[in-house]
Parts: sequence; structure tokens; C-alpha cells
Amino acid sequence: MARLNVNPTRMELKKLKTRLATAVRGHKLLKDKSDEMIRRFTVILREDANLRKEVEKELAETLTQFSVARSVTPAYSAETAFAMPSVAVSAECATQSIMGVDVPKIELKEEKRSDSLPYSFSEITSEADYSVGRISALLPRLVKLAETEKAVRLLADEIERNKRRVNALEYIMIPQLEETIKYIRNKLDENERAAIVRLMKVKNRA
Amino acid sequence: MTGKMAIVGNGDSIMVFKAAGVATFPASDEKKAREILRKIASDYKIIFLTEELARPLQDFLKRFDEEPYPIVLPIPASKDGGSYGEELLRNAMERALGVDILSK
Repeated sequence: MARLNVNPTRMELKKLKTRLATAVRGHKLLKDKSDEMIRRFTVILREDANLRKEVEKELAETLTQFSVARSVTPAYSAETAFAMPSVAVSAECATQSIMGVDVPKIELKEEKRSDSLPYSFSEITSEADYSVGRISALLPRLVKLAETEKAVRLLADEIERNKRRVNALEYIMIPQLEETIKYIRNKLDENERAAIVRLMKVKNRA
Repeated sequence: MTGKMAIVGNGDSIMVFKAAGVATFPASDEKKAREILRKIASDYKIIFLTEELARPLQDFLKRFDEEPYPIVLPIPASKDGGSYGEELLRNAMERALGVDILSK
């Protein structure tokens, strides 16, 4: 391991010792943070995986149903039927912090304007009604999925970054500091011994 | 802070989202989708994107991974799709943990 390029003096030794103490403490803290983040991450990940499976299945079914409805209506009338939505959904978007990582937190707000279907019954087949209803029912879960999935991705990034920091401290920074401290200590001891020997020689000559 | 929702996708299937109150942006191919995403990214908080478009735009979508909003969520739009989202999930897991904890 390479040692730092410093002068072997008492001053440097003292400075390096404080740096080592800080590095060791920082390493411990970051490692604890990493452990806790991974624990939270696994919880969210499991939740997200289950949710995704559920939502994907439901969505596939709904869309198949809808495409049936589409295929029996002329394209133009279908287009006009869906042109004006009767419900407006908006989401209250905030952030919450998981271990210092800002993740989205969303609350869905639905404002019903009139009847829940945007068209008259004569315009399109009843399959479309079902699929619209199912999509509306699915929307809260879709939003929840979006929220957790984003959290998973943000956390994954942060965990990776944190891991890098921990490793840099553990395998580069701390060994380097230890090595340098040892080197300076050896050098200072050596100087001291040299001084003593010199003194003895001088004394013998006198 | 209130946010709006949008869906970008190909095909007719996204029309059903319109009835549910989600803004729809039809995009026939990935180039179009990229343009639309660039335009609406600041206006919409949650953007659903069909998988067929999300897959080729993987690198482009990475830029949304840094901030909490907007959320771009790939969803399967046809019945035979549906592995891309899981793939992304697995990716994130592998990067963070180094092991697979989902497959059992």
C-alpha cells in the first residue's frame, strides 16, 4: 500500500493521527447507514415486486378487454367518445426522506365532475365501460407503484454510492493513513537512536 | 404541490387512460416519445410509459433517476409484454445488494 507523501515530522504525525481517528469513525457511521439502508431497501423492494405483479396482471386484462371494445367500434366514434374526460385526477406530490434520500410521496385526489363515464351508452359497447371502471380503480395502485418504484431506484443509487464511500475508506484511506503513521514513527525512532549514538560517540571522544 | 399525470404510449390502448383522467400523448415510435417526454417532463409529475417505448429509451430515462420527480414508470401495454419493469427492478436490486432476493 502506498504511503502518503509527507515529511516525517512530529507535526505530521499528530495531524495524521487525527485524520485516522476521523476516518475510522466516519467508516463506522457510513457502514451503519449502509446496513440500515439495505434493510429498508429490501422491505420496499419486496413490496414493489408484489405490487408490480398485481398491477401488471390487472392492466393486461383491462387493456385486452378495452381492445375488444375498440375493435367493435369504428375508430372515429371511439375517438370522440373518449375525447373529453369526465373525471380529473390530480396527485398531491410531496417528498419524504428515507435515510436522507428524498423519495416521492403521492396522494391521489379524484374529482368527479359528472357521471363517471365520459360518453353516452349508445356510443360504444359496454366492454368499454368495464375497462374504464377498472382503469379508474387501478389508478391508485398504479400511482403507488410509481412511488415505490422510484423509491427503489433512488435508494439503489444511494446504496451504491454509499458502498463506494465505505470501501474507499476501508481499503484505501485507512490503510494509507496507518501505513504513513507507521513510517513516520519508524523514522522518528530512527532519528532518536541516531542522536543517542552520536551523543555517546561525542562523549567517548571527550 | 399538485402534480398531473400523463401517459405516453403507442397504440390505441392508452385511450382508456384518458377516460380515467390521465392526459394521453400518443407516440408512434421512440423518437417521438423522446420528444414528448422532453416537452412534458417539467409539467407532469407522474408519466406512464409503455414498455415498448421504454426499452429503447433506457439511457434517456436514466436522467429521471436522480430526482424524486418526475416519475417515469414503464407499464406493459399489451398482454404479451410485461417483463421490462421487472428487469429494471432486478437491475436496481443487483446494484444495491449484489444478490437476488426475489427469486425463490
